[in-house]
Amino acid sequence: MLELRGISKTFHPGTPNAKTAIVNLSLTLEAGDFVTIIGSNGAGKSTLFNAICGDFFTDQGSIFLDGEDITFQPSHVRSKRIGRLYQDPMRGSAPNMTIEENLALAAGSGGLFSRITRGDRERFRQRLSLLGMGLEDRLRQSVGLLSGGQRQALTLLMATMNPPRLLLLDEHTAALDPAAAEKVLDLTRRIVDQHHITTMMVTHNLQNALDMGNRTLMMDAGGIVLDVGGAERQGMKVPDLLERFRAGAGKSLDNDRILLS
Amino acid sequence: MDALWTLGQTALELGLICSLTVLALFLSYSMLNVCDLSTDGCFTLGAAVGAAVAISGHPYGAVLCAMGAGVLSGFTAALLQTRMGVDSLLAGIIVNTGLYSVNIWVMGGAAQLNLNRTDTVFTKMRALLSATPLAGQYRLVVAVIAVALTAAFLTFFLNTRLGLSIRATGDNPDMVRSSSIDPVFTTTVGLCVANAFTGLSGCLLSQAQKSVSIDIGSGMVTIALASLLIGRTLMGRGGIFSRAMGMVLGSCLFRVVYTIALRFHMPAYMLKLISSLIVILAIFLPYLAGRRTLFRRMMERRT
Repeated sequence: MLELRGISKTFHPGTPNAKTAIVNLSLTLEAGDFVTIIGSNGAGKSTLFNAICGDFFTDQGSIFLDGEDITFQPSHVRSKRIGRLYQDPMRGSAPNMTIEENLALAAGSGGLFSRITRGDRERFRQRLSLLGMGLEDRLRQSVGLLSGGQRQALTLLMATMNPPRLLLLDEHTAALDPAAAEKVLDLTRRIVDQHHITTMMVTHNLQNALDMGNRTLMMDAGGIVLDVGGAERQGMKVPDLLERFRAGAGKSLDNDRILLS
Repeated sequence: MDALWTLGQTALELGLICSLTVLALFLSYSMLNVCDLSTDGCFTLGAAVGAAVAISGHPYGAVLCAMGAGVLSGFTAALLQTRMGVDSLLAGIIVNTGLYSVNIWVMGGAAQLNLNRTDTVFTKMRALLSATPLAGQYRLVVAVIAVALTAAFLTFFLNTRLGLSIRATGDNPDMVRSSSIDPVFTTTVGLCVANAFTGLSGCLLSQAQKSVSIDIGSGMVTIALASLLIGRTLMGRGGIFSRAMGMVLGSCLFRVVYTIALRFHMPAYMLKLISSLIVILAIFLPYLAGRRTLFRRMMERRT
């Protein structure tokens, strides 16, 4: 359902600061895939997401979503089908607007001049109660009053309010404390399962990378050096993963935030 | 006593009419987070267009044309900053400069127009109220109606899906960039609507004063910002409607204090210096408060 055909991207080409972030990368995702991605510092994980979302256009190659060529589609059009969460919980919601206003924006139903109805509020309350954080009773409070974990959970809910075709999670639990991270990860699993959303998740927690999803990619120097799934991935342990990475990339995994357990 | 009442009434009229510009900045500055420096020129544009059309014999058309001219001005400023790569502050300044020529052209090459014998919304209202107890307050009535309609519209508009998108564009550009909201569209709509109100404000002021000159709008952005910051201090929390009322209150309070100062023989030309000082203080004091603990630590260390 997502197909990347030989995409490349170089930043600041022709200057001393030129940096090739993605090199001739090809990847095909099947509908319902849940892919975890690990990689060294600067391997191009976030750049890959930026390319898929349309934050910039790639220098080469093309991107297909559900068979449609979206290589040059602007990001706000793509985002109707692609949901995205960042590491920073502050990025995904508007702090000076209320919880219900944020959810209404995410729901995006009705015309330009439609207002939040009683039915909308009921629906929001119902969805919020799934988080188990008591947010359903705080619809009219500013989002700026929420904790990082609450905000990230809310962002996850907003991104999946209308289940997207593709969900991109860029280390979305990395800035949270362990308890909140566990909770958001659990919610992620539940929401993705419930709506069968095709998902890509960057993580620096190798155990999570193996526990979640059905396929694991390892990236290095702007390319994919390892792609494991199916039976091969069953029963794989973290040391196996590290060994396979070393074999694929020709060096050991180098990431200062990596969690081995 | 009578003179005092007249003075207060004039201050209130002026405060209400100019509060339309404050409401415009409430939309562009507080909501969209764009400091729209084309406000001065747009205010004058509204005044000039309103006067010219009224002189041609269309007192109601004058109001609509002034608002339409405001929309065009806002659209130009938006086009420059969203599609042509001009920095948003610079876009306002450029539009403001260009409007100086446009405004004189609108006034038929003159720097001043006289509306003494012209039918305006104010003379219409005076005729309408001639036999009622409100006969002497016709200017106030027009101003109150305009402010009420504008505040009601803003309250409605900013709670629609489009309004929420505009607020989100100002509140968290990062979020909007990765959402299905098109920031170019929301910025454009926001600036068009805001400048329609600035144009309306200028139109009503020129018709209330029965004259318009090329410098009617000069310094208006600072005066409106001062009013906005006063209003925000008084009623910065709550829903859109109460915050909009805070803007109106700020604008009226600013004019009343200024009028009192005039009574104590402060020369009229001090208005702009005072509004500058208010803006500086309103921004500097919270900044100072934020650094207070730091200063205290530094002082403690010295002793």
